[in-house]
Amino acid sequence: MKHLFTKRVVAASLLTLMMTVTAAAQERPYFVTYSHEMEEPGNLDIELFNAVGHPPGGNLFLGSNIEFEYGVEAWWTSEFYLDGQSTQSDSTIFTGFRWENRIRPLLEEHRINPVLYVEYENTSADKALREIVGHDGVPDFSVPNAIARKDVEREMELKLILGSTARGWNISENIIAEKNLSNDPWEFGYAWAASRPLGFAASAHNCTFCREKFQAGVEMYGGLGDRHSFGLHDTSHYIGPAMNWTAPNGTTLTFSPQFGLNDYSIPHLYRFGISYEIEQFLSRFHRGNQ
Amino acid sequence: MSRHSPGRLLTWLLLLTGFAFAAADGAWLARVPGKDHERSNPYQGQTDAIAAGRRIYEEHCLHCHGENAEGTKKRPPLRSERVQQQATPGDLHWLLFNGNMKKGMPSWAKLPDQQLWQVIAYVKTLHE
Repeated sequence: MKHLFTKRVVAASLLTLMMTVTAAAQERPYFVTYSHEMEEPGNLDIELFNAVGHPPGGNLFLGSNIEFEYGVEAWWTSEFYLDGQSTQSDSTIFTGFRWENRIRPLLEEHRINPVLYVEYENTSADKALREIVGHDGVPDFSVPNAIARKDVEREMELKLILGSTARGWNISENIIAEKNLSNDPWEFGYAWAASRPLGFAASAHNCTFCREKFQAGVEMYGGLGDRHSFGLHDTSHYIGPAMNWTAPNGTTLTFSPQFGLNDYSIPHLYRFGISYEIEQFLSRFHRGNQ
Repeated sequence: MSRHSPGRLLTWLLLLTGFAFAAADGAWLARVPGKDHERSNPYQGQTDAIAAGRRIYEEHCLHCHGENAEGTKKRPPLRSERVQQQATPGDLHWLLFNGNMKKGMPSWAKLPDQQLWQVIAYVKTLHE
């Protein structure tokens, strides 16, 4: 069974690599944290993000989402997600969708750049771990898929994204508030990350493994309880290094091993992602605009 | 009863529209702070930096500004007098860093400063 699970992971990764045709991205190596950097207007970024973990008392899982990120305006990015997960000795299921919009209210760069984020999500049995809020933790991962998928969560999520650029570093902080549209209380969370390219100046010649093609940094995120029990009690937290590499055709591969910081967290998470960007996506359909 | 004839109103409207377009076209130059305007390009004229700038241009700028910076239907050329003569390297660095988001130009602060100067070194080699 474990062999079958590994095959699925490898097959999903290969399929994504084969799909990769063209790109020119400059992605940050973050999996949970959003930076203040918006998608360029007219560009479509297609990303596949995965999280592999083995919670104590639960089964090994792969949580995935595919994302379509579109730059509507230079100050407005819209993104649509499709989520799924596969759990060893259980099942592989589609877990729902999300739609988010990010708006940048200040149109020039400042020391700290705020971005407002609004998301609607309709998910169940989600294991993609795209954010940690409230009391999310190990117990959520031990529920069998057949039961977990009956609990459909329709939620609004608000984020205040704060981003800074200094001496080649990007530093990003996210403050998260999530509300289940049923009668559940507001839940809170945070994410923080910093990264920089390994080389600042571009080389004069085409190269595959030159330093400017790599970015490295660190990411940390976790829950902050809910409106009735705000704080760190029964919350999970993760930290880990993150790195990405942009291939000559523009495809970006990102990897991050992450470590749970308390018993309420999954001890180890392995995250990997693949993304590529199609520049001026819609203009490709206009006659004479190649 | 209005004191203005429809013809006069139309003239005013056309004039206002003209002023609005004139202000928008290159208006970013007036917003560049003095200290940014004065900055010089550490890579100006360096052959390797110009070659690197060409690569960065092809990766990030070509689809909007055209293969030879001639501009496209919606985006301006970079061979214009404004970019080549009026704007200093410091002005162009300010524009790349901050963008001109209302006009569709994104911020390129995501690129390291060195790469912004490299692409400016390349753009400044283009002439009408």
